[in-house]
Amino acid sequence: MTLRHGFVLVVCAFAVFPILFVLSAAINPMGTLASTELLPTGASLNNFANLLASDTYPFGRWFFNSVFIALVSSFASLLLSMFAAYAFSRMRFAGRRIGMMALLLIQMFPQFLAIVTIFMIFTEVTELYPAFGFNTVWGLLLLYLGGALGVNTWLMKGFLDTVPKELDEAATVDGATHAQIFWRVIMPLVTPILAVTALLAFIGVMSEFLMANVFLRDPESKTLAVGMFGMIAGDHRNANFGMFAAGTLITAVPTVGVFLWLQKYIVSGLTAGAVKG
Amino acid sequence: MALDVRQAAPAPVRERPRRETTTAFVVSRIVVLSVAAAILLYAVPPLVATGSWVALGLLCAVSAAIVYLYLTRRFIPAKYLIPGTVFLIAFQVFPVVYTVTTAFTNFGDGHRGDKAAAVTAIETGSVRQAPGSPEYTLSVALRGEELVFLLVDPATKRVSLGTADGLTPLDGAKVGVTGKVLTAPGLTVLKAPEAAARGPEITALAVPTDDGVIKANGLSRAVEGKAALVYDAACDCVRGDGDTWTADESQGYFVNATGEHLAQGWQVNVGLDNFARVLTNPTISGYFAGVLGWNLAFALASVLGCFGLGMGVALALHHPRMRGTKIYRIVLILPYAMPAFAMLLVWRDMFNRDFGLINQLLGAEIDWLGQTGTARLGVILVNIWLGFPYMFLVTTGALQAIPRELTEAASIDGATPFKAFRRVTLPLLLVALTPLLISAFAYNFNNYNAIALTTDGGPFPADSPQVGSTDLLITYTFRLAFGAGGAQFGFAAAISVFIFAIVAVISTVAFRRTRKQEEVYA
Repeated sequence: MTLRHGFVLVVCAFAVFPILFVLSAAINPMGTLASTELLPTGASLNNFANLLASDTYPFGRWFFNSVFIALVSSFASLLLSMFAAYAFSRMRFAGRRIGMMALLLIQMFPQFLAIVTIFMIFTEVTELYPAFGFNTVWGLLLLYLGGALGVNTWLMKGFLDTVPKELDEAATVDGATHAQIFWRVIMPLVTPILAVTALLAFIGVMSEFLMANVFLRDPESKTLAVGMFGMIAGDHRNANFGMFAAGTLITAVPTVGVFLWLQKYIVSGLTAGAVKG
Repeated sequence: MALDVRQAAPAPVRERPRRETTTAFVVSRIVVLSVAAAILLYAVPPLVATGSWVALGLLCAVSAAIVYLYLTRRFIPAKYLIPGTVFLIAFQVFPVVYTVTTAFTNFGDGHRGDKAAAVTAIETGSVRQAPGSPEYTLSVALRGEELVFLLVDPATKRVSLGTADGLTPLDGAKVGVTGKVLTAPGLTVLKAPEAAARGPEITALAVPTDDGVIKANGLSRAVEGKAALVYDAACDCVRGDGDTWTADESQGYFVNATGEHLAQGWQVNVGLDNFARVLTNPTISGYFAGVLGWNLAFALASVLGCFGLGMGVALALHHPRMRGTKIYRIVLILPYAMPAFAMLLVWRDMFNRDFGLINQLLGAEIDWLGQTGTARLGVILVNIWLGFPYMFLVTTGALQAIPRELTEAASIDGATPFKAFRRVTLPLLLVALTPLLISAFAYNFNNYNAIALTTDGGPFPADSPQVGSTDLLITYTFRLAFGAGGAQFGFAAAISVFIFAIVAVISTVAFRRTRKQEEVYA
């Protein structure tokens, strides 16, 4: 047991070390890049105050945008992904294997370049449907749903495969439809992996930068990742470092909040008790 | 390659009981129909207004198919797969396929538009002041929202109004001592800073005249000029300056007798040229093996490092008597919760030789990212730091699905904890996690940001400044495609196809091998 604690503590130290550096930069009133030490002389919350009161950077707005987009899109993609995982795990149909392999392979194309095409698609969309075009939350949400089926579907499918099929067979014998089995039998059993996937999707969207940067130009519509990148782009890097560090820390708050909320589901281990033998 | 037992043993064919129509059934059908109707009502009018008939036809066909799918009792798997697939096709498959098609064109800087756009650009770009033509004093004004020129002929002091339609005399304008127009009836004359803010618009405005066009030269002068280069449709060539450039449809350029081309070209199909360039380019093929080797090492080390560390802590915490797990878990996901690009920049600063935290703490003067060995270790370390919480999370999730009875049974049978892990836990974990590991490998193989934001490929050896020792295939080749020669999307797309092929082959092979192994365990 001591060994376990010792090992975990070492890894925790490794995890926290760079974050302490960011923290010290955030509370350092002289917050420039070169002046940052692990223990700053004199601490203040000025950087946080400046950031929240800034006229140049609508930080509160960015924060709201990010959390909203991340919550909605992770919930929606969780659902889409779970649907697909259910079909892949429980049903046998032509093209199942190819479909699953295709899901894995399509993610391997260097997406970096596809941005050019996505830009052209949404130039059209912006003209036809401004509500889903550039600088809108809804357009970006649609774009993120494109990634809903992916490696998360595999993760869920793998987990579903370990849930005994006898459970839904019993329900089928009792006359349940496939939809009833999905909602009433399967969903309650897979909460740990649902929670993990929801968290992964949430974090993925919170830190997504490449597409959001193309998509959101208007200062009011930016997400945290895009807005904060603008803060340190070009010559602002040194001058804004304190505020940037403060922003980085605040960005982690919603993620930790979602994790705290989901943690009890992640480790619930429901399936262990659900079936015997 | 039958892998899971369920598929090998087909489920007994059973007569499906005839189901009566339930309320849920009716309600779900009504919901499907109304959602489809609402989407059509919203999406159709703009398409009709702009006359996008192809898009309209596609939209109607897809909607009809989806409505049919959810009204019928058949095609049950498709009911679950379609929602995600629609988005996947629209925003991932289509962009990727489109990108691949650009690999067969010369799309890029100098080749963005069609031929007509290239001709216009060449002609307007070649406008030069006609000999003996007047140099006007220019004032910029607004007529409503439209930007217009007020031109004063210095010899006659006559004021003319210049718009994109032509030149007309203007009466009633008041001219100041500098020769600039102060006020004009019906127009808002812009002050210098206001005009400066509209610089690009001013440069773009060309006032056509009988002999050529009048264009601004700075903010307070305008000259009449003639296009030195003129397109002649009869010979499909551009003439002027005592030379002739003939259109070459295979290159998308106007080329003269000595083989020189005009800067502006258009997009044409170049067949396999881009692919041939990747294979024959000496700067790519010369370094290919070295870069590929390091690229593979980087991706493997990142995945194995992340997985080893993540699984290690997940297992350490996965014990019924372990205390403080909640706190540990929060601390462990922190690296993942911070925005990745920000932390990559922070790590780069920590490795800095002059003011970096690591040197300060060690009291050393090591140029971490400036030497091949330390730079490589450094980027792998940073990548593990960023990625291990992901592996920690998915392992924690997957561990929940493994019944404790199994490991307990193993220990009762006399297996050491290590043996129980090796024989029971790990194989079961890998069933769920192999696809994720492969996907993580592919992701890290192309992890552009991890390199671009830390070392940017460096350090670069003195004798080959093209390729740095931490360069991945993607950072190195994209530097070629988007570097000195301007953006060459077609070339970059061809490179992406090659990289995709490499990753896909490695991944598929690895996938098949691990699946075979699992059969042995199962």
